[in-house]
Amino acid sequence: MPILEVRNLSKRFDDTEVIKDISFSLEKGETLSVIGSSGSGKTTLLRCLNFLETPDTGTITVNGEVIFDAADPASRSEKGIREKRLHFGLVFQSFNLFPQYTALQNVTLAGLLLAKERPDYKTRKNEIREEIINNAKAILDSVGLSSKLDFYPHQLSGGQQQRVAIARALALNPDILCFDEPTSALDPELTGEVLRVIRELAERKTTMIIVTHEMSFARQVSDNVMFMDDGVIVEYGPPEQVIGNPREERTKRFLERYFENGNT
Amino acid sequence: MNIYISSLFEGFWLNIRLFILTLAMAIPLGLVITFGSMSRFKPLKWLVRTFVWIIRGTPLMLQLFVVLYSPGLLFGTPMKSRMTAAIVAFVVNYAAYFSEIYRGGIESIPKGQYEAGAVLGMTKPQVFFKVILLQVIKRIVPPMSNEIITLTKDTALARVIGIAEIIMCAERFTKQGLIWPLFSTGLFFLVFNGVLTIVLGRLERRLDYFKV
Ligand SMILES: Nc1ncnc2c1ncn2[C@@H]1O[C@H](COP(=O)(O)OP(=O)(O)O)[C@@H](O)[C@H]1O
Ligand SMILES: [Mg+2]
Repeated sequence: MPILEVRNLSKRFDDTEVIKDISFSLEKGETLSVIGSSGSGKTTLLRCLNFLETPDTGTITVNGEVIFDAADPASRSEKGIREKRLHFGLVFQSFNLFPQYTALQNVTLAGLLLAKERPDYKTRKNEIREEIINNAKAILDSVGLSSKLDFYPHQLSGGQQQRVAIARALALNPDILCFDEPTSALDPELTGEVLRVIRELAERKTTMIIVTHEMSFARQVSDNVMFMDDGVIVEYGPPEQVIGNPREERTKRFLERYFENGNT
Repeated sequence: MNIYISSLFEGFWLNIRLFILTLAMAIPLGLVITFGSMSRFKPLKWLVRTFVWIIRGTPLMLQLFVVLYSPGLLFGTPMKSRMTAAIVAFVVNYAAYFSEIYRGGIESIPKGQYEAGAVLGMTKPQVFFKVILLQVIKRIVPPMSNEIITLTKDTALARVIGIAEIIMCAERFTKQGLIWPLFSTGLFFLVFNGVLTIVLGRLERRLDYFKV
């Protein structure tokens, strides 16, 4: 059974259909890269998965449980959404760290708030909090930031901020971690440290969907690559095919333009 | 000499009372007005914005008269106390100004902050109180400080509806041919605003540990 199954998803803004009847699935431990030119609907797809946009049609199934069904009004209720969106994590292009909290606090904040809803919170409060904080420290250590726990976002470089953002998403232990162009806002010399962290996650079999313009990176880490154009999936398959030897005319043209522009 | 000074202090105590009461009520009322002016319910939003536009677009001095006289003229129930009328006019006027500052502060917080909180499973109130609020406060402290300093000086306007604040007290002596009490009222405002500036500056510095 796939960990994620998306069926017939579409989303329109006013008169333009941005996602057009998309279906795909993802196996546990798989890394999927999503490529495509700007405006093709990649961000909107991730936002739909994370309940930041409400799809107009389609279903989203995680571990066999339908967590969203556009035909069922109940799946839009605020309370239900909050639990269901925790199946997914999202790392934004622009980090979106909380400026008034330290790196460690950014990572623990949501977990500590969620813990308050646990039935045993009152009796085991200190224990639970300590667990969450220790877990956050271990995650920050794994992204190479154990020396920056008490730094505020403005005291960190872009690459460090993005690594905190990744740690923050990991702390809630999502089934599927989504990245929206995680290195696009970074100076070129800082992309390496972020890509290295994502590569390690792929090696540890974290289930991920990565929207990226880094073709060689996508080629190395992905199990599958999805090429999107104008709201549809044009080509889907292993990276050797989609990036190395594309079958579709539109994919070829996209990659040609990409490599012509001096990228590698 | 002593009667002059004690009269000035007595007058200034009224300015201070008006100042404190206005702040205490206008700060929360402003937030209520902000929620109205940002409401997704269009009629409420436009009603509140029109109200704010009128309050900000007309002189506070005129509003003082309107609040003092209109209950009597419209409903036959004259304002019992001039001080109450002054407080109502000041609170409404400053709440309108504060509400615009709050709105600017709230609207200046990037959408990404709300979204980051939401995808981490935080509820809307949690996002507002744990993520947004302090960033808004940091942004509004400087413009609020300006308004608060202006308020101290505006309290002198209350004399137009017969409230014996410090300048009105001093003018009585001017009519007797003594000018220095009037001029020295400036010192009261200067000292008060000096203290206020220090306090507000401290608050601003306490929020310096992060950047928005
Ligand atoms: N909130 C929105 N309102 C209206 N149009 C939008 C909105 N978000 C995205 N779009 C449009 O949807 C299309 C796809 O956008 P997006 O998903 O951001 O593409 P990508 O991430 O592939 O660049 C674009 O044409 C964009 O202008
Ligand atoms: Mg995008």
